Amino acid sequence: MTDRYQTFTRTPLGQTLVKNLGLPDPVPLQRWTEGSRVIDGSVVFGGIGETEAGKAIQALLRDIGATFSTATEGVASSQIRPKALVFDATGATSTADLTSLQRFFSPVIRQLAPAGRVIVVGRTPELATSTEQHIAQRALEGFTRSLGKEVKRGATVNLVYVAPDAHEQLDSTLRFFLSPKSAYVDGQVARVGTGPLVGNDPERPLAGKVALVTGAARGIGAAIADTLARDGATILGVDVAQNADALRKVITRLGGSELILDVTSVDAAQRIAAHAHEQYAGLDIVVHNAGITRDKRLANMRTDTWDAVLDVNLRAPERITEHLVEAGTIRAGGSIIGVASIAGIAGNNGQTNYATSKAGVIGLVQALAPKLAEKQIRINAVAPGFIETEMTAKVPFTIREVGRRINSLQQGGLPVDVAETIAWFADPASAGVTGNVIRVCGQSLLGA
Amino acid sequence: MTEPRRVAVVAGNRIPFARQDKTYRHSSNSDMLTAAINGLVDRAGLGGQEVGEVVAGAVLKHARDWNMVREVVLGSKLAATTPAFDIQQACGTGLEAAILVGNKIALGQIDSGIAGGVDTASDAPIAVNDKLRNILLDLNRAKTFQDRLKVLARVRPKDVVPEIPRNAEPRTRKSMGDHAALTALEWGITREAQDELAYRSHVNLAAAYDRGFQQDLITPYLGLEKDQNLRPDTTIEKLAKLKPAFGKGETATMTAGNSTPLTDGASAVLLATDEWAEEHGLRPLAYLTHSQTAAVDYVKGAEGLLMAPAYAVPRMLARAGLTLQDFDYYEIHEAFASQVLSTLKAWEDPIFCKERLGLDAPLGEIDRAKLNVNGSSLAAGHPFAATGGRIVAALAKQLDENGGGRGLISICAAGGQGVVAILEK
Repeated sequence: MTDRYQTFTRTPLGQTLVKNLGLPDPVPLQRWTEGSRVIDGSVVFGGIGETEAGKAIQALLRDIGATFSTATEGVASSQIRPKALVFDATGATSTADLTSLQRFFSPVIRQLAPAGRVIVVGRTPELATSTEQHIAQRALEGFTRSLGKEVKRGATVNLVYVAPDAHEQLDSTLRFFLSPKSAYVDGQVARVGTGPLVGNDPERPLAGKVALVTGAARGIGAAIADTLARDGATILGVDVAQNADALRKVITRLGGSELILDVTSVDAAQRIAAHAHEQYAGLDIVVHNAGITRDKRLANMRTDTWDAVLDVNLRAPERITEHLVEAGTIRAGGSIIGVASIAGIAGNNGQTNYATSKAGVIGLVQALAPKLAEKQIRINAVAPGFIETEMTAKVPFTIREVGRRINSLQQGGLPVDVAETIAWFADPASAGVTGNVIRVCGQSLLGA
Repeated sequence: MTEPRRVAVVAGNRIPFARQDKTYRHSSNSDMLTAAINGLVDRAGLGGQEVGEVVAGAVLKHARDWNMVREVVLGSKLAATTPAFDIQQACGTGLEAAILVGNKIALGQIDSGIAGGVDTASDAPIAVNDKLRNILLDLNRAKTFQDRLKVLARVRPKDVVPEIPRNAEPRTRKSMGDHAALTALEWGITREAQDELAYRSHVNLAAAYDRGFQQDLITPYLGLEKDQNLRPDTTIEKLAKLKPAFGKGETATMTAGNSTPLTDGASAVLLATDEWAEEHGLRPLAYLTHSQTAAVDYVKGAEGLLMAPAYAVPRMLARAGLTLQDFDYYEIHEAFASQVLSTLKAWEDPIFCKERLGLDAPLGEIDRAKLNVNGSSLAAGHPFAATGGRIVAALAKQLDENGGGRGLISICAAGGQGVVAILEK
């Protein structure tokens, strides 16, 4: 669905009104297309001392062919507008080191190109070797979240915490946050831990992998299937019989196979496992995307309305995950991805059932991440904010407009933004990424 | 208490089934049920005699027909002293009526009885909507002329739009065909398989007429001698040309050819003890030995509306100590070809049988050559409550002709219900 206000702001009259009245100015975001480079422009890199992470970051920048300079080379006076600013803060051992953030960013932040990227890399605070380091590292979150609200014109600011000895795992995560694939991910904190090194082709990271996508017929689910297929995965699309025709179209377009079932049926997990074993001898990626809303204030909530939402959104992912893990359907190196929601983080009027189910998905990720690590299976979740879909198109006009504007990017996201984040989780090269809940919300004010 | 007695199916009769709004368009349920019962009475030589009880029903029934079956008995050739009552279990009505009569006979409460069913999709009850109904009831309660005028003033033009019964589930507002289409998709039932089953139904029913099998099962009515829906000359190719009637897009598989049409008709069967039959110069054709009902939660239980027989049959088999393969004939009511095929596929499916039925092993395949050997509802039509009687009579005769054997009856019904039974000789 088109954002008419955004279209209007791109006209000369619109720009005049926006500037003079101080109206929201939603810059069209840049998204990844076939042949896009990871980063289209120059990168300025800075850091606190020489660190392993810093070396890994610079190696990656060289690898992706980015022209980059270090802050010490007098970038501030340069005429070039950098597309990305990357700061290695892993060397911050005490709060005194935080000064470097201001020293690095203040001179260059205004020069950041439209739809630019700011990435701060820190050390996972909980794994710090001293109290002083823990405090300093934790402080980074306040910096990135605030800067996210200051940078305009479609730029994003994200923080990546890397565990000690996990710097070699940074690759896929930095690629994601630098690239247009993270267009609507803003003000987030990603955590990268240790894991096996996986050398795959960044252009086709999912080649040879099999991905189960529930609710694949329409909306965000279809975008997930498209994106994972683009990255090389074979798609096993699942949807209810009501959506059989739409699912058939998706699978005809992408290849793979379809399975018509209701994820809440008692034998859904067994049926998925049997199909996966028969056709593909297992699964590598499981995306629990199927979800419904049945909004009612709690005082008016009927038992079946409550149950339907909990069954589809939470109990089904819980049961299916349990069975697929027990049956050994998900291969080592596999990745499970839940779809939560900012409603599950911030709560929402009329959505006690939905928010309960979505917060439960976050619980599923947090509870299972350490257990599944023993089997070399990762589990993460996305928490979409306002995404332009058939579902949000039905939201009343004023609520929809507010939903679109109350985020740092002042616009709604697209299904592909959710899908790209899922593809990053699914990438075997993200072997160190587990237990994360990443919001795809343009840094919404809700639940911030 | 004495041992239960054997329940014999002694005779059966029906009128040919007519397509909706055709030959029987002016016949009421009572007219047709009377015709079916009178035909049975004539055949069994029971004119003027009393049977233990007559149990029958109709799915679509006028409110005035609240005591329909007793009224039919009073207007029939049976003795007026024959008691009767109405039942209704959607498409399972006819078979459930036979089970009820059979149970009374088994328990020694009656020695003989008639079970029947009738339905008309043409002479359907049309009701005034709830608002007009309330206004009319208030009008009836009004005491003065002014009060009556006041009540009448509440009538608005839209209130006079009548309510016509729809073949839809009240809780999902989806038609039965739309429900069956969803189940067909879940079970991956192909268009080809459905058309093939529909074709077999027409071929088998036509053959049954040709060899005179229907001779003592049918009494012509209003000039109709054969089921109006039967197309002996249909071909797979003709069936393949029909456009989908339920579902949409390339995944839609259900057509008017592989779904039963709305039909008018009536049937009745005579059940009795061996002794009663002998006393009346009649011969048991087969015995009604087991029965079972089941229901599924199709509203929120993620099960197909018409899948209840898939649950009822294994429960009955367990009680009877039989396997699905221990039968010579299978009568699976063809509400839709996809319903029959989904049910058979479910019984072959290890996951369905384990997770939903709680069985260690799947029920397995059946020999398709034993399925609906004399045709079923796709060819004959399906006047809802009349189908049970059609199947019981035809299967009993087939078992008798075969010199014995065992037959399974499975009927799906609205509301997620299933009624199943076993006939043996």
